[in-house]
Amino acid sequence: MQTSHPAIQLLIGERGTQVFLALLLTVGVAAPIMHLAFPEGSALHLSSYTMTLMGKYMTYALLAIAVDLVWGYCGILSLGHAAFFALGGYAMGMYLMRQIGTRGVYGDPLLPDFMVFLNWKELPWFWQGFDMFWFAALMVIVVPGLLALAFGWLAFRSRVSGVYLSIITQALTYALMLAFFRNDMGFGGNNGLTDFKDILGANINASETRVALFLTSAAALGLGYLACRYITLSRAGRVVQAIRDAESRTRFIGYRVESYKLWVFAFSAVLAGIAGALYVPQVGIINPSEFQPINSIEIVIWVAVGGRGTLYGAVAGAVLVNYAKTYFTATIPELWLYALGTLFVIVTLFLPKGVVGLADKFALRRPAARTVTA
Amino acid sequence: MNASTAIRNGWQKVFGAGARGARPAPGDTSHGTILYLEDISVSFDGFKALNALTLYIDAGELRCIIGPNGAGKTTMMDVITGKTRPDAGSAWFGQTTDLLTLSEPQIAEAGIGRKFQKPTVFEQHTVMENLELAVAGHKTLWTTLRSPLDRRQHERIEEVLETIRLQDRRSMRAGMLSHGQKQWLEIGMLLAQEPRLLLVDEPVAGMTPQEVERTAELLLSLAGKHSVMVVEHDMDFVRSIAHKVTVLHEGHVLAEGTIDEVQNDPRVVEVYLGE
Ligand SMILES: Nc1ncnc2c1ncn2[C@@H]1O[C@H](COP(=O)(O)OP(=O)(O)OP(=O)(O)O)[C@@H](O)[C@H]1O
Ligand SMILES: [Mg+2]
Repeated sequence: MQTSHPAIQLLIGERGTQVFLALLLTVGVAAPIMHLAFPEGSALHLSSYTMTLMGKYMTYALLAIAVDLVWGYCGILSLGHAAFFALGGYAMGMYLMRQIGTRGVYGDPLLPDFMVFLNWKELPWFWQGFDMFWFAALMVIVVPGLLALAFGWLAFRSRVSGVYLSIITQALTYALMLAFFRNDMGFGGNNGLTDFKDILGANINASETRVALFLTSAAALGLGYLACRYITLSRAGRVVQAIRDAESRTRFIGYRVESYKLWVFAFSAVLAGIAGALYVPQVGIINPSEFQPINSIEIVIWVAVGGRGTLYGAVAGAVLVNYAKTYFTATIPELWLYALGTLFVIVTLFLPKGVVGLADKFALRRPAARTVTA
Repeated sequence: MNASTAIRNGWQKVFGAGARGARPAPGDTSHGTILYLEDISVSFDGFKALNALTLYIDAGELRCIIGPNGAGKTTMMDVITGKTRPDAGSAWFGQTTDLLTLSEPQIAEAGIGRKFQKPTVFEQHTVMENLELAVAGHKTLWTTLRSPLDRRQHERIEEVLETIRLQDRRSMRAGMLSHGQKQWLEIGMLLAQEPRLLLVDEPVAGMTPQEVERTAELLLSLAGKHSVMVVEHDMDFVRSIAHKVTVLHEGHVLAEGTIDEVQNDPRVVEVYLGE
């Protein structure tokens, strides 16, 4: 019993992964078929709204995995990941703005509407290149990645950790929010970027585009999941967990803790950026409210609710909490934050391993029962 | 000795030994001494935890350090491992490695391993994984991300498992080991790093008599292949392993010699009775 303990854990880990991948594959195949092949009004038809909603949840799930990697495995409680998500979103939004071309209200071939409105005469330097998809896609990765590297380098090198690190990540996202709110920053201020028309030449609201965005999100989630799982199963993954459990001890046996933390943090930021870039074309808008400090805290709650340090728990948490949020904000919006807070307290007090921890408990009992009946 | 230190420092400046590149193997002990601590002083808010401490350890030696609580034993280990930087003095690992210029991981890499006063194994990891984390080899993210352990590292781990007699506990979570087993695992983790010099802080505190005996055997079996510095309060244990004992008091060396010599030294008696 005792010697098989890690083996059992690994099996359950595998099972969680299997369930997740099977579900992702099923949803990824079924949803587009139900949307495209069945006519509206058919019982099997999936509305464009629902499919886009599911695509949005997938980008949230990818974001949750990113946070689970740094928090659940490496012990870095980042309360600023929404910033990386939003930056990825802005990079994509800038591409989508430039795709509008002359179809804007002012019809300027080069300048997005808000710049014409502000009486700007030419495109700022940092908007150059965003008419090309490959460049925007590169920026989706480079901008959050570089910011995380710079921020992490400063923070980890001076050994800022624990609650202090959490606070400065909150400060980071808050500072970015204030900056993006300003009109003269050149990112559309308060209103952000919206009224998108095309992506890669295809109408962004067409059914086929929606399906393509949904499928890309599903693929990004699957690949992001597998990448994180690869990392956590490698020797590096065990080093990262050792850092989480006993940082200075890990340093003494010869690991450059700062560099491990830095690269895990940056990789996680890149995943968050990709999630943001896929989120924006599906919801049709990106504005500074995405940088709100509360958003980053919410992501951590998703992960806590799902169960941290498992990856699939983060996915489960993101989907469950956001489903609840969609439901609440449609029916009793003023209660949402209270519900979220209560949920967090309940999970912290009674479900330290989250929803998947609970599921594991039941799963552990079942095989025993099955062998008896077999 | 100060003159030779000055020459070494000058040599370092000119040829950059101890820095990256074609440097001599760390801890070059061609002069038979592996650790030189000279005039080391450390103060915390004006309180001198180490006061012009001078101490040498020979290659292959098993040295015991004793001294009353607060004598500076742990602080000395902090200095050697780079955790604490001294206000004054020099610390050399062999002839060529200036410890004061290296970071903690660099010192570990150079070949100095440390066992802490409290057992600090990775409780969530298995015995095997603990040794895997510790085993000598490239420890950069780039390596650990891509490649599993090689055959030599596997053999090393098996060897260590045998030395610390935890073969049949290999897949157990370290958190579930007994206190003594944790201490051995930690010593095993040190051995897996193939260090030249081992620093062991109070290894037998809280052990059963059988575990103490087993630990003495273990440490004795290491001497010769490694240099070992053991801090311990348990006098019977010290007697059972030590060839040479150093007594620390108020941050400097009070006496040095065989266990009988120091136990009969009036200054040592005074310090211990004065407590
Ligand atoms: N970080 C620190 N800040 C302030 N004082 C410290 C610090 N570390 C150690 N000291 C003080 O320095 C002195 C030497 O401490 P040290 O831990 O080296 O003693 P020790 O010989 O290991 O004692 P023990 O036998 O109790 O382990 C003690 O008086 C201790 O209180
Ligand atoms: Mg001590």
